[in-house]
Amino acid sequence: MEWFFQQLINGLALGSIYALIALGYTMVYGVLRFINFAHSDVLMLGAYAAFFIAPAIQPLVPLPSLTGALLVTLFSALICAGIGILIEFLAYRPLRTRPKLTVLITAIGVSLFIEFTCQHKAVFGADTKPFPTLLPSTDFHLGSLLVSSNDLVVMFVTVLLLVGLWFVVQKTKVGTAMRAVSFNQQAAALMGVNINRIISFTFGLGSALAAVAGILYAMKAPGIEPLMGVQPGIRAFIAAVLGGIGNLPGAALGGLLLGLLETFVGGISGLSSYRDGIAFAILILILLFKPAGLLGKSSVEKV
Amino acid sequence: MLEIENLEVAYGSIKALHGISLKVPEKSIVTLIGANGAGKSTMLRAISGLVKARGGVVRYAGEDITNMPAHSIVARGLCHVPEGRMVFANLTVEENLRMGAYLRKDKAGIAADIDYAFTVFPRLKERISQLSGTLSGGEQQMLAIARALMSKPRCLMLDEPSLGIAPILVRSIFQQIVAINKERGITILLVEQNANLALRVSHYGYVLETGRVLLEGSSASLRENPQVREAYLGD
Repeated sequence: MEWFFQQLINGLALGSIYALIALGYTMVYGVLRFINFAHSDVLMLGAYAAFFIAPAIQPLVPLPSLTGALLVTLFSALICAGIGILIEFLAYRPLRTRPKLTVLITAIGVSLFIEFTCQHKAVFGADTKPFPTLLPSTDFHLGSLLVSSNDLVVMFVTVLLLVGLWFVVQKTKVGTAMRAVSFNQQAAALMGVNINRIISFTFGLGSALAAVAGILYAMKAPGIEPLMGVQPGIRAFIAAVLGGIGNLPGAALGGLLLGLLETFVGGISGLSSYRDGIAFAILILILLFKPAGLLGKSSVEKV
Repeated sequence: MLEIENLEVAYGSIKALHGISLKVPEKSIVTLIGANGAGKSTMLRAISGLVKARGGVVRYAGEDITNMPAHSIVARGLCHVPEGRMVFANLTVEENLRMGAYLRKDKAGIAADIDYAFTVFPRLKERISQLSGTLSGGEQQMLAIARALMSKPRCLMLDEPSLGIAPILVRSIFQQIVAINKERGITILLVEQNANLALRVSHYGYVLETGRVLLEGSSASLRENPQVREAYLGD
């Protein structure tokens, strides 16, 4: 029983991070119908942004502290929002009318470009760097259950951002415009929506979430390095597909599910080295029976 | 109100419009009729900024709006209801109407106009919080027109409002189109395959054939024209 709850907490914490990243993939897919492979690198840049900002604000705000952590995260999110908008503007916008495959390959190119530029010793270098402690952390012992406060922070932040994102997308004018653009760009333009602005906003929002995810991921990881986004990025992409690509609650659900699968399978002794194999086999099974993903629907448009 | 001179549009190397000129006087209903592929929809799409014009000039209220981005053209009061309605199926009826008012800031005015839209099309009110993808074709057409009216247009371009709609709804939709023109003074450019209907509600008409203007004249005269009667009115 304890084993179960321990894995549940670990799985939810890991899954929350996947969920945050998956939201970015699915939002961009929603408006532009392609997978932004550079998304996982924005996550890594978010962690590096925090890595550099933390010592810079230390003289003003003590770290680790809640205010400090919030400030560092806020600045990193803003920087990454800018990077995301810039990537779209420079790499994807000129290809807007080209076949989706062209854009997809470009996205892979952008991803590799960022990864290998950052590995150069004049930039970040390929070595692993220790991530600064942003938040004071304590471990709680509940019986034999070990809960790190960081895990609780990860889950709390994820829930908060999910609710916030839901509010933006469902209840605000810009969110309604995002959904309209996602359904039909031309029709949205005929309503007076500046499509480019909505697309920039979507990239900015997704990248800001990636930055937060990157920081949360780095808090749990032994350190940061330029390829740190690849593994969680691929998993989050799969999570987005699993939930139904383009569907926001689906991305969150897929992320949580993937995190849980991974920790539960990994926690069974003797199976831990087959962790990914078994987790992905289950995913393939789910997709065999629900090809549009768990929450993906075939469209209901009547003609 | 709307003046088009020598408009040319091509898709790749295929010319869709070979220099079309037409005029839509203020507060009138002008119709474009013609067979499939005559270039009627392309004409509207080029005016509203959805496709680029290769040549020619589109002037609206005295201003050259050729190849402006679509969202800037709507902002000037020229609104296009595209073929196939293009209502946002993933949005509710009310959200669709609010999208129509995207460029407006006057909250009270928007609420009042939503109420007005429901008096024009009462069927929409019953479906206010339904996803618009679940509406019938006729209801979607009503929604598309109501949505366009939410932008407070001075000129409305309607592309095939009768397409794929139950005959009984076609009549009521066309009654509303006439009412919109008469009561609210909105200029209308109407594209229709149903030439009979289009020539009965409009003041002036153009007959398009393979990207050129074949004939033009007052709608009454076109209805008497033997060429039109034979080719488009089924006599």
